[in-house]
Amino acid sequence: MSVALPLLQVERASVRYTLRGAGLLAPARSLDALSDVSIAIREGGRLGVVGESGSGKSTLARVVLGLVRMQSGRVAWEGRTVDYDDAPAMRSLRREMQVVFQDPFGSLDPRMTAGQAVGEALQALAGPVASVAAQDRIRAALSDVGLASAFANRYPHEMSGGQCQRVAIARAIVARPRLLVCDEAVSALDVSVQAQIVNLLHELSERYQMSLLFISHNLAVVRHLCDDVAVLCRGRLVEQGSRDAIFDDPQAQYTRDLLAAVPRLPGAPVRNY
Amino acid sequence: MTAEPVLQVRNLDVNFATPQGAVAAVSGVSFDVRAGECLAVVGESGSGKTQVLMACLGLLASNGTARGSALFAGKELIGANERELNRVRGTGIGLLSQDPLSSLTPHLRIETLLTEGLVDRGLATRIKARQRALQALAEVDIPEPEARLRQYPHELSGGMLQRVALAAALMCSPQLLFADEPTTALDVSVQARVLELLAKVRDRGAGVLIITHDLGVVAGLADRVAVMYAGRIVETATTDGLFAAPEHPYTAALLAAVPRLHGDAQARLVGIPGDPPQPSARPPGCAFAPRCERAVDTCSESRPELTQCASRNQLGAVQGESGAATTARNAPITAVACHRPLQAAAEIA
Repeated sequence: MSVALPLLQVERASVRYTLRGAGLLAPARSLDALSDVSIAIREGGRLGVVGESGSGKSTLARVVLGLVRMQSGRVAWEGRTVDYDDAPAMRSLRREMQVVFQDPFGSLDPRMTAGQAVGEALQALAGPVASVAAQDRIRAALSDVGLASAFANRYPHEMSGGQCQRVAIARAIVARPRLLVCDEAVSALDVSVQAQIVNLLHELSERYQMSLLFISHNLAVVRHLCDDVAVLCRGRLVEQGSRDAIFDDPQAQYTRDLLAAVPRLPGAPVRNY
Repeated sequence: MTAEPVLQVRNLDVNFATPQGAVAAVSGVSFDVRAGECLAVVGESGSGKTQVLMACLGLLASNGTARGSALFAGKELIGANERELNRVRGTGIGLLSQDPLSSLTPHLRIETLLTEGLVDRGLATRIKARQRALQALAEVDIPEPEARLRQYPHELSGGMLQRVALAAALMCSPQLLFADEPTTALDVSVQARVLELLAKVRDRGAGVLIITHDLGVVAGLADRVAVMYAGRIVETATTDGLFAAPEHPYTAALLAAVPRLHGDAQARLVGIPGDPPQPSARPPGCAFAPRCERAVDTCSESRPELTQCASRNQLGAVQGESGAATTARNAPITAVACHRPLQAAAEIA
C-alpha cells in the first residue's frame, strides 16, 4: 500500500465493561464502551478524537496505553501487533508512548517538586542516567515547555493550573516519546492558558516529529491543533477524515449536530450544518 | 431598558486573612443586574469572580470579610445576619454551581433535593411542593419527571444533573439567578441545552448573573459583560459592543485566545503570555501591565480607574440604554480601566 506504515494503528477495537446489576441479585449488565473502532496515526501526525461524554474516547486512549483490555481487535505499533502482556516489550514501548491527563493537580504527586517529577519519569523510562546529565535533561524538558529552571524546585501547590500542566507535559516528553496521548489535556484550563498549551503541544509535535492522539470534547481546539479527526458516538466511529473534511463538509448527522452546538461568536459566519 | 436593578453592587471589597497577611480577592467592584437581563462576569481563575457571588450570599470562607454594598430588592446583603440571608438564599436568589454532583447531596432523592427548600421554609406543603417539583423538572426538559423524583443524584448523567440543579435553583421562583461556571463541566451539546434554559429564565423576567471564563458562553446568552482581572472590573460593555470593539487590551487578548470553528485553521491561537499575578503580590499600577503589549511606563506606575467610554455611550444611546438610564445611581454600562484603551480615548464622565 503506502510507503511508510502508520506509527500507530488500532484495528476494530471493542471494549465491553461489565456493570453491577441495579440490585443485589439483579444480573450484571454490560456496556459496549467501544465497538469496532479503527484509527491510524502516522509519524508526526496529530489525530483528534472528539465526542460527548460516554462516547468511548477516553476508553480508546486507555486501550492504546494498555490500561484497558480489548475484547477483540488489535493495536499495532509500526505494523507490529502490541502484546500488552509482554512486560519487557511494554517497558520499551512506554518510552515511545506517553500520556497527559486532564487534571494537572491530580496527575502530579503533591510531595514532589517539578524537577523530581520530571526526573522520576526520566529514570523510569530511560534507565539510570548520570546525575549531571539527568539534571541537564530535566532542565531541557522544563525549558521545552516554557518553564524557567527555577521551576524545578517548585511543588504543585506553588504553581498555577497552566504551570502544573506544563510540568505534566515536561514529564511526558522528557524521554522523547514518539506518541503523546492527551486525554482532555486542556479541558480544565482557562481559555488564555488553554491557548498557550495548545500552541505548546503543536510546537513540540513539530519540533520532535511527535505524533499526538488528542482526545477532547472541544471541537474548536481540535480544529486548531489536529490534522485528522475521528468522531465517536456511543462507542462507534461515526466519521473520520482530514480536519478540513470534518469541519467544512461533515457527512454524519451526529458531527453536524456537535458542530452546531458550539456557541457561535459574533462575527462568525452563520452555517447550517 | 430602564428596569430597576434587582441587584446593585457598589464598591465591593473581599479580603481574606491568611498566615501571610491580608489578601485582597475583590477590590472596588460595582455593577447592576436588572430584571430580565443577563450580566456575564468574565475572568480567569483567581480573578475573584466567584468571591463576588459568595460575598452577596454571605457564603465567604470563615477567614473572608466583605465590605461595600450589595442591595438586593432594596435589602442590604453585606453584613446581613444569617436569618436575613436565609430569607434571600434560594427564595430571592437561586444558585447554580459548576459541579452538580457535588452541589446535590448524594444520599437524598431528587424529590427531597427539590422540595426541601419550599417545605423547610413553610412555603408549601409536601404535596404542593411535589407538584411544583414535577413542574420545575418539566420546565428544564427532564423526561419522565415522576421517575426522576425517586432517583438519587448518582443515577443521572452530568447533563441531566445540571438541569436538575437548575430546577432546584428555580423551585422558589427567585428574582435573581447566580450561575457560577454552569457549563464548564459539560459537553458542547449539553452546554447548548443549559444555555437555552438560562435564556428562558431570563426571558421570563428574572435577572441572571453568569460567571464564566468562556467568551463563547457569553456570546449567546449575556446582554452585558463585566470583565474582571486580578480582583477588579477592567471593562464593562454590552455583549455586542464587547465583541465588536473591545477597549481593554486584556479583553482583546481573551477574545484572541478563543479557538474558533471558522477562519484560518492553521493560524496559531494567541495565548496571553505569563500568568495572572498572585492576589498577595499584585503590581502597583495596572495589574495587567506586566502581560500587556501596549503597556507604557505610566501603566506600571498608577492604577487606571474605571472610566466611561465616550464612544460606547453613543452606541448605547442609539440602543436607548444610555442617557437617562446612566444616572449616578446606576453603574456605567460601558467603561474601561486602562491608560491606553484600544478603540478611543476614554473620557472622564
